[in-house]
Amino acid sequence: MYFVKKLVSIAAVTALSATTLAARDQVHIAGSSTVLPYASIVAEAFGENFDFPTPIVEGGGSGAGRKRMCEGVGLNTIDIANSSSLMKEEQWGTCQETVGTITEVRIGYDGITFSTRLENKGFANLTPAQIYLALSDKSNANTWADVDPSLPAVAIKAFIPGTKHGTREVFEKKVMLSGCKTVGTYKKLMDGGLEKKPAEKECFKVRTDGASVDIDGDYTETLASLDANPEGIGVFGLSFLLNNTDKLYAAKVNGIEPSTETIASGEYPVSRPLQFYVKNAHVSQVPGMKEYIEFFVSDEIAGPDGPLADYGLVSDPELAATQALVAAIN
Amino acid sequence: MTDTTPTNSLFKTSDRTKSRNAAEKRFRVYGIIAIFIGLFMLLVLASTIVLRGTSAFQQTFITLDVELLESKLDKKGNRNIDDIKKVSTFGYNPILVNAVRGSLEKNGIETSLKKKELSGIISKSAPSQLREYVLADVSRIGQTIEFRFLANGWIDGYLKGRYTRESVANSKFASAEQFDLIDELIKVGVVEKKFNLDFILGADASDQRPEASGIGVAVVGSFYMMLVVLLLSLPLGVAASVYLEEFAKKNLFTDLIEITISNLAAVPSIVFGILGLAVFINYVNLPQSTPLVGGLVLTLMTLPTIIISTRASLKSVPPSIRDAALGIGASKMQMVFHHVLPLAAPGIFTGTIIGMAQALGESAPLLLIGMIGYIATNMPANISEGLLAPNSAMPAQIYEWAKRADPAFVERAWGGIIILLIFLLTMNTLAVVLRRKFERRW
Repeated sequence: MYFVKKLVSIAAVTALSATTLAARDQVHIAGSSTVLPYASIVAEAFGENFDFPTPIVEGGGSGAGRKRMCEGVGLNTIDIANSSSLMKEEQWGTCQETVGTITEVRIGYDGITFSTRLENKGFANLTPAQIYLALSDKSNANTWADVDPSLPAVAIKAFIPGTKHGTREVFEKKVMLSGCKTVGTYKKLMDGGLEKKPAEKECFKVRTDGASVDIDGDYTETLASLDANPEGIGVFGLSFLLNNTDKLYAAKVNGIEPSTETIASGEYPVSRPLQFYVKNAHVSQVPGMKEYIEFFVSDEIAGPDGPLADYGLVSDPELAATQALVAAIN
Repeated sequence: MTDTTPTNSLFKTSDRTKSRNAAEKRFRVYGIIAIFIGLFMLLVLASTIVLRGTSAFQQTFITLDVELLESKLDKKGNRNIDDIKKVSTFGYNPILVNAVRGSLEKNGIETSLKKKELSGIISKSAPSQLREYVLADVSRIGQTIEFRFLANGWIDGYLKGRYTRESVANSKFASAEQFDLIDELIKVGVVEKKFNLDFILGADASDQRPEASGIGVAVVGSFYMMLVVLLLSLPLGVAASVYLEEFAKKNLFTDLIEITISNLAAVPSIVFGILGLAVFINYVNLPQSTPLVGGLVLTLMTLPTIIISTRASLKSVPPSIRDAALGIGASKMQMVFHHVLPLAAPGIFTGTIIGMAQALGESAPLLLIGMIGYIATNMPANISEGLLAPNSAMPAQIYEWAKRADPAFVERAWGGIIILLIFLLTMNTLAVVLRRKFERRW
């Protein structure tokens, strides 16, 4: 009898849960681990200043977040996908077919830095061409000095974000492709009869002999890899760098130091927009969702003096346009 | 008579015996070395955790007299709660700057720091602490009240030796001048390091305020998950093993079940996470990130462990007890419930506790059902909320902290590990005590 009683009470609990499913109290967000700290700062401030519960923000990577958002409509799917890379056109189409209208909301910009450990300030300046020559799969350089005599003669060991990260895409486009074009490999590939897309793909390829290591985890993993390989160079987001200035030293790129100012002015070459994608169909279903989105892009949060800029986000000069876009969501 | 000298004397050890004895001695030495290596590793692990984690239980606090200015908080002066609510936490910042300035003036400390750097020594959680205090009773506006605020994580890092004046030379978040000011404030007793109960009882905080984060809500999340695991896996596991052990016929089918259960016990936990996502969330539509789903997933993981240990303890009850019960006319069910099960109970409970301890430390399956991330909920008010409101769990919270950018979170991850280990140690000790105290040997 004892067991029967327990089983009945369990069944009761499960039934109870089924009835409360119809509504969800809080906004559910997932995606880019670069956007995650910003989203958590906004979520926290939102919970403090509004009568809605604090939204849940998960990480998982930009691609994974967009995929989860595009799975379908329904309260067991997420409402907003954070993303550090832009949604590709084909996904934009298929996603809208499944979940209805989606909105892209840009929150600001982020820079990507090439950093070494603070004690060996070896790389004062790097150019995309040098990085391309060192890390391309066509490279057989052993040390950075092989690439360019002005660089230190240390073995090439780079820790770059893995392919599921949005940061990887920016690295490929703004560094590898740009370097590929500068050194003339791109032109050679095109002359060799390749189309634009395959030629770009060819430029994206990094060497697989261990000189370039994909990091699938977070920046903390990249930092740990640098601790194990003191001569190595790692790819970090600007906000991670700002939090670890006692351990990391960022190389200038094309002579420009990475900072919120140089990224905002567009001088620093390796930057990208950060955004989130909103599933419009959920806005009327989930309490607080519209308020959260509006709060996120409000001046006091995403503006140049807001907490996000404090933390390392480069605020968007066209924030007013984004606010108008968000106000129109319903 | 030929003189035979004995080649094998019992008093003289032969070469062969010598080498056998030496082999045994060597083997013993290997054993002792192995034990010492193990102990050494344990010592290194335990001391690392304690050394790095204990600082998380202490936090730097700043005590300030705050004047809740009417001109900032209630411009209309009518004490209408709806108007006062409109002042967001950002509106409380100037009040804090005034409070810091006031404290410096009172103690005769001069500084060249600007507004932003002055308020930067206080945690970003302070404005919300003030706002909550004001909203709780609006008549407090206009009064001057003494508050104890958390210091910013960078200041706390300075007091704990994580940062020095040199290491913040390039930092945007802290400066040597701020540290100079803090040294002055320590002298007059405004800034001090104290035990921080909020770390044990509080909720997670965003990346900007590591100093305000705590593991308490995650502990409660873990508790509700364990409740689900216990309520489901104990009855299910015991029922299944009693049936298999006492009632079922031994045939190919029951053998197959037995093999399947043993195999399930060896399945990596992440697989149960994928299963949980597919079945409980996508098919049954249970809410994501909730302890209920987490508990269900961990139940799947714990069930085989419980079944295996329950069957082992049922087997260890001697057949004579069953025969005696049946012999005086008990039914099979009476035999099981009156005699076998009570005798096997200590073993069953030990197995259950160990299975639950395993589940408590599991984080991989929680990743897939959305329990890892920034989940800063309040303490659940009742059981239904505890089960159905999104929450994290201890190992998930530790993992989440370990990957954040600010090193202050890493300290908290170590602190979280200490708390998790205390729970695990308690559960395992309980299991050992139960076994020692109640186990019968035949």
